[in-house]
Amino acid sequence: MTVFEYAPAPESRSVVDIRGSYGLFIDGEFTDGHGEPFKTINPADESVLADIACADEADVDRAVKAARAAYERVWGAMPGAERGKYLYRIARIIQERSRELAVLESIDNGKPIRESRDVDVPLVAAWFFYYAGWADKLGHAGFGPHPQPVGVAGQVIPWNFPLLMLAWKIAPALACGNTVVLKPAETTPLTALLFADICRQADLPPGVVNIITGAGDTGRALVAHPGIDKVAFTGSTDVGRQIARTLAGTSKKLTLELGGKAANIVYADAALDQAVEGIVNGIFFNQGHVCCAGSRLLVQESVAEEVLERLKARMATLRVGDPLDKNTDIGAINSAAQLDKIRELSASGEQEGADRWSPPCRLPDRGFWFAPTLFTGVAQSHRIAREEIFGPVLSVLTFRTPEEAVTKANNTPYGLSAGIWTEKGSQILWTAQHLRAGVVWANTFNKFDPASPFGGYKESGYGREGGRHGLEAYLNV
Amino acid sequence: MRVFGDAWGVSTETLIGAAELRAFLHGLPGVDQVGAEERAARLASRSIKTSAKAEAIDLAISMVDLTTLEGADTAGKVRALCAKAVHPDPSDPSVPKVAAVCVYPDMVETAVAALAGSGVGVASVATAFPSGRAPLEAKLADTRAAVAAGASEIDMVIDRGAFLSGDVVKVFEETVAVKQACGDAHLKVILETGELATLDNVRRASWLAMRAGADFIKTSTGKISPAATLPVTLVMLEAVRDYRAATGRQVGVKPAGGIRTTKDAIKYLVLVNETAGPDWLSPAWFRLGASSVLNDLLMQRRKLSTGVYSGPDYFTLD
Repeated sequence: MTVFEYAPAPESRSVVDIRGSYGLFIDGEFTDGHGEPFKTINPADESVLADIACADEADVDRAVKAARAAYERVWGAMPGAERGKYLYRIARIIQERSRELAVLESIDNGKPIRESRDVDVPLVAAWFFYYAGWADKLGHAGFGPHPQPVGVAGQVIPWNFPLLMLAWKIAPALACGNTVVLKPAETTPLTALLFADICRQADLPPGVVNIITGAGDTGRALVAHPGIDKVAFTGSTDVGRQIARTLAGTSKKLTLELGGKAANIVYADAALDQAVEGIVNGIFFNQGHVCCAGSRLLVQESVAEEVLERLKARMATLRVGDPLDKNTDIGAINSAAQLDKIRELSASGEQEGADRWSPPCRLPDRGFWFAPTLFTGVAQSHRIAREEIFGPVLSVLTFRTPEEAVTKANNTPYGLSAGIWTEKGSQILWTAQHLRAGVVWANTFNKFDPASPFGGYKESGYGREGGRHGLEAYLNV
Repeated sequence: MRVFGDAWGVSTETLIGAAELRAFLHGLPGVDQVGAEERAARLASRSIKTSAKAEAIDLAISMVDLTTLEGADTAGKVRALCAKAVHPDPSDPSVPKVAAVCVYPDMVETAVAALAGSGVGVASVATAFPSGRAPLEAKLADTRAAVAAGASEIDMVIDRGAFLSGDVVKVFEETVAVKQACGDAHLKVILETGELATLDNVRRASWLAMRAGADFIKTSTGKISPAATLPVTLVMLEAVRDYRAATGRQVGVKPAGGIRTTKDAIKYLVLVNETAGPDWLSPAWFRLGASSVLNDLLMQRRKLSTGVYSGPDYFTLD
């Protein structure tokens, strides 16, 4: 009997039109940058996609001034209902161009088209729709009758959800009446630049949204710029610390959404098949490039063996490969640098005595790939149990009692998210109450909704994005 | 797997204590409905194209239990269906024959005669199908009659009333008795999942049927809505997978009713492939209880081989 092999089912690339080079989007126009241009590549085959302009300090200054002018002349004074119309228009254009955005996101980021199509882009549209609704209702958000915008927001976003993180930053900022200068990550600038085109298509007044590209220097220049009133950053804890130091003593508001090392707690009475799905979704979603990934599996000892057996069988069905293939579950690692980091931490796991396992899985020759990986026999003291790997690597630990589960779950400098799996409602409530994590999922994982606030404890950052709470960061309250 | 001790055999002779059986069924891991539906929906989004689609269509045709279960059934109708079963597409001999024809017990003789030597099985529903509301003796007589007439497979229904009222032992013992009445015929146990309401019940009923000796577990009679659904079939596939891991015995699965298009059929094959595994991807272990899906499979098959769609009048209606 033959095995049922799925034939390749690639999504067409013809829907996207990638230009040879891209400038900076400042004051409604694409302009040249004055830093050294860099290349963005397709992580699935290492081919060069485009030359990207790099903003130097003068370019950053231009962008901030454009944002300031737009804030003072147009956007800050515009009635909320009018701002809302622009945001609704942007949301609709995102839906209309969803396939283009999804394909481009997968090409530039390496994530599977199934996720960019079914998760990223629908959430991006949902975020704009949601905050469009708030634009004329800010007086009812619980921040006083006439809450005022902050001014110009400088926003720096990561490469794991390029377009979604853009939406998380831009939608609430604009709804509250702020203008923005946003810097996408240097490895994934293309969808942000396509979003710039969408802003023009929506006739958004020039200067309300400015997109500047570049690496760390550009980001540093942006957050340090004196014309910025508020900084929002999503990314690594190290960079978050630098930004906090830069901003100390200034009047700038700051929100940070940083790393995580989430515990996914599976109790013995969990619905095991669905728990296994949740474990897989928790760590292998988006190649594990998720700050709230369930990277530490805490499983009750009495079912640990059974859960691991089921988990391994399930992992063997994961399809790793071409991000544009509609049947791909795990795509490419975003960059060579990230792949090195994942390899280095995985090697340390082996050196420290944990057992490494991956299903048999053929990886493409070109591009950046890492097989889904499981470590068992992990101790709390191992680096793979403490440091954020940001890759498809799961560390499995066990516990005996609910108290031990909570103690181990909280025993991390991070506190972004956690998962609880049990069929017992009271156990969910007790556990959630004792976890120090900004988001706690029960019998599910990695679920996002614009109405739900998101953010961390401890080294996972401060401030909340999403929901009514997410307005606070962009209002002068 | 959880270990249930050596006493947990698959012997249909063993009479099991009511308390033990109930405790066992309620000790099975729960099913989270939201999660199960999400998983089924994700598998349904697999994209099966070109060569994989061609392979899937032929596999699906070979798994069809071509069914007629109407009060108006006649010998003529059954013979027509049998002819279709052997040559689904008379203009194309490369089309595989279906797995079996499924009829009421009094039509078994006609079907057996019509299918003699063809390799297509004859399945018969029995045990007061579809409600199962008859005395055990009547159910057993029904079964024996179908087997005596030459049925190679018996599709029985469980007593859903007994199951829902907690009398799992009654369901178990009836199933054991029917299995004995089957002799060499294969026993498919219909859970009628549309009446069991929860996925937890589906899992429990699956294990109950398997422990009582079922060779196949089947979703539905087709007379109750909802009939087969992807989440229900997912849970049953998990059950047969876990049961084989625990006992070494492989049990088949048959979703029935509501499967109308090639797309539907392929979704089920993907579900089998990624849940129970490729060992179940054969007519010996997976069946599709349906009739209307066959013509759609034939139309898609011809479209793949010729590149153009043929109208419905180019496929026989039986």
